[in-house]
Amino acid sequence: MWSHFPHGADIGIRGTGATPAEAFEQAALAMTAVITVPARVRCRKPVTVSCRAPDCELLLVDWLNALVYEMATRKMLFGRYRVELDGLSLVGTAWGEAIDIGRHRPAVEIKGATYTELAVRKVRPGRWYAQCVVDV
Amino acid sequence: MNPSSLTRLDDFTWRIEPSGRMRVPGVLYANEALVGAMDDKVREQLVNVASLPGIVQAAYVMPDAHWGYGFPIGGVAAFDADRGGVVSAGGVGFDISCGVRCLHTGLKRDDLPSLQSRLADELYRHIPAGVGSRGRIHLDEAGMEAMLAGGAEWAVAPGWGRPADLERIEERGRMTDPRPEAVSDKAKRRQRDEMGTLGSGNHYLEVQEVETLHDRATAEAFGLAEGDVVVFIHCGSRGLGHQVGTEFLRAMTLAAPEHGLELPDRELACAPIRSELGQTYLGAMRAAINCALANRQILTQLTREVFAELCPSADLRLLFDVSHNTCKVEEHVIDGQPRRLYVHRKGATRAFGPGHPDLPDAYREVGQPVLIGGSMGTASHVLAGNRQAGIQAFASACHGAGRAMSRRRALKSWQGRQLIDELRGRGILVRSPSSKGVAEEAPGAYKDVDAVVDAAEAAGLARRVAWLLPRVCIKG
Repeated sequence: MWSHFPHGADIGIRGTGATPAEAFEQAALAMTAVITVPARVRCRKPVTVSCRAPDCELLLVDWLNALVYEMATRKMLFGRYRVELDGLSLVGTAWGEAIDIGRHRPAVEIKGATYTELAVRKVRPGRWYAQCVVDV
Repeated sequence: MNPSSLTRLDDFTWRIEPSGRMRVPGVLYANEALVGAMDDKVREQLVNVASLPGIVQAAYVMPDAHWGYGFPIGGVAAFDADRGGVVSAGGVGFDISCGVRCLHTGLKRDDLPSLQSRLADELYRHIPAGVGSRGRIHLDEAGMEAMLAGGAEWAVAPGWGRPADLERIEERGRMTDPRPEAVSDKAKRRQRDEMGTLGSGNHYLEVQEVETLHDRATAEAFGLAEGDVVVFIHCGSRGLGHQVGTEFLRAMTLAAPEHGLELPDRELACAPIRSELGQTYLGAMRAAINCALANRQILTQLTREVFAELCPSADLRLLFDVSHNTCKVEEHVIDGQPRRLYVHRKGATRAFGPGHPDLPDAYREVGQPVLIGGSMGTASHVLAGNRQAGIQAFASACHGAGRAMSRRRALKSWQGRQLIDELRGRGILVRSPSSKGVAEEAPGAYKDVDAVVDAAEAAGLARRVAWLLPRVCIKG
């Protein structure tokens, strides 16, 4: 499950799931939803990214920023994500397609994921959330 | 923010007295209503900035301040390298050297009715804007290095502008001491196809009319008269600046303990100016400033092409170009002594007063043009730096209205299509690939820019010169 939360100038993204990996996947979907309706994106082409960080919060930011980079350089949008975590190493796959302005009607570019309101937490057993504000 | 929690120095100057970790006071320039409307986070962030090593005099915020990343947006802070001062990637922000330039067109209000609709359509067709757009230029490795070293000068050389443009840009169009090699391959890769693109979010190109003059003598020096048609371009360093900001924010966060820095907020990420990381960041940031200057220069030339096609009598001369998100080395007099300081402006405009040696000859007597962008349906302003501003906030002024409402709330309050129709009814033509993007940037989602500018003038930061209204707006 994903959601957005308000920020003065930009927008907060939050993913929740049974595991940190699921929460990371949903947070990425929340980021897509800042740009377009995720269901509008056809999940045709996979792109794999990997990152490593000293703590899980920085790992979330690194994951999201890796996706921002792939979206920007490949001119793609992603509609589905898969994350595998091994300690503080992440391998993620994003499925998507080339941006189609007419169909996707993208609202805004993401400049980067930030450390504002950054958190990766266990709410209760089997329930995690991962969140931060993205700069648009 | 509750104004009663601050010390009121006068109707437009408020102070947070130093306490706890603070090395200097925090100073806010705004009237009571604007202070009251500011998020409590502005206060928290200002206190954090005032606690950084080597900070000089005070941590300041402008009347348009709002909650930013580490530093408040609308924040100004200067650091002394000789006293352990720091440079902060968070204090510059993600969109390095995001800024505004204003172009004369040589056209008058009466020329617009027959042109307005075609101008809107052709500018929208000609200026790459919005998510996924590509520029006309594709930079190879050598071209990228040259662009990062040369800024607007690099763009003008092959014809993306006129040599005379350079006189009217801060740093004369080229930031000195850039280090293109300090910019990562990823940042360069992100920029390869993005030169001459407007971006999205609050970035725009507007055709405006000069509605009212407040200071006729200064307006004359700036070449502005009532009824003049001008162009405002607001954008920054695109993907390259964002990537540089992202990477150095991370590097500075991780290196903070080894530099002996305790950061109350990760986004205050900074490094001693005299450290290797600090110097590398400064070099990369200066290269990113050059990227922004080159980008706005190319957009200028694209705009000229449209006007030349539709109205051959138009002559688009650059009035001035200002940058908002920078750290620059400047000399300021502190306690009677000149000192070289690293002045961070995050969402604030440099506003040199009359007589400053860095101003172009044409503006030296009147002070630097300070360009304050509006938000689609709202006014823009041209201000001028004051002599007094050299003392206040290291010669800085506001940069825009500042958001009053989150994007989420804006989306619940407006629909893009309706807004575009409403603005058309008021004589403002909006062209954008995204109606959602238009709704997020609704004029009502921003503070009253006129109130912000009035406060900036009343606080002595800059003086009002001209008030402009939009007629065409190209949104990314």
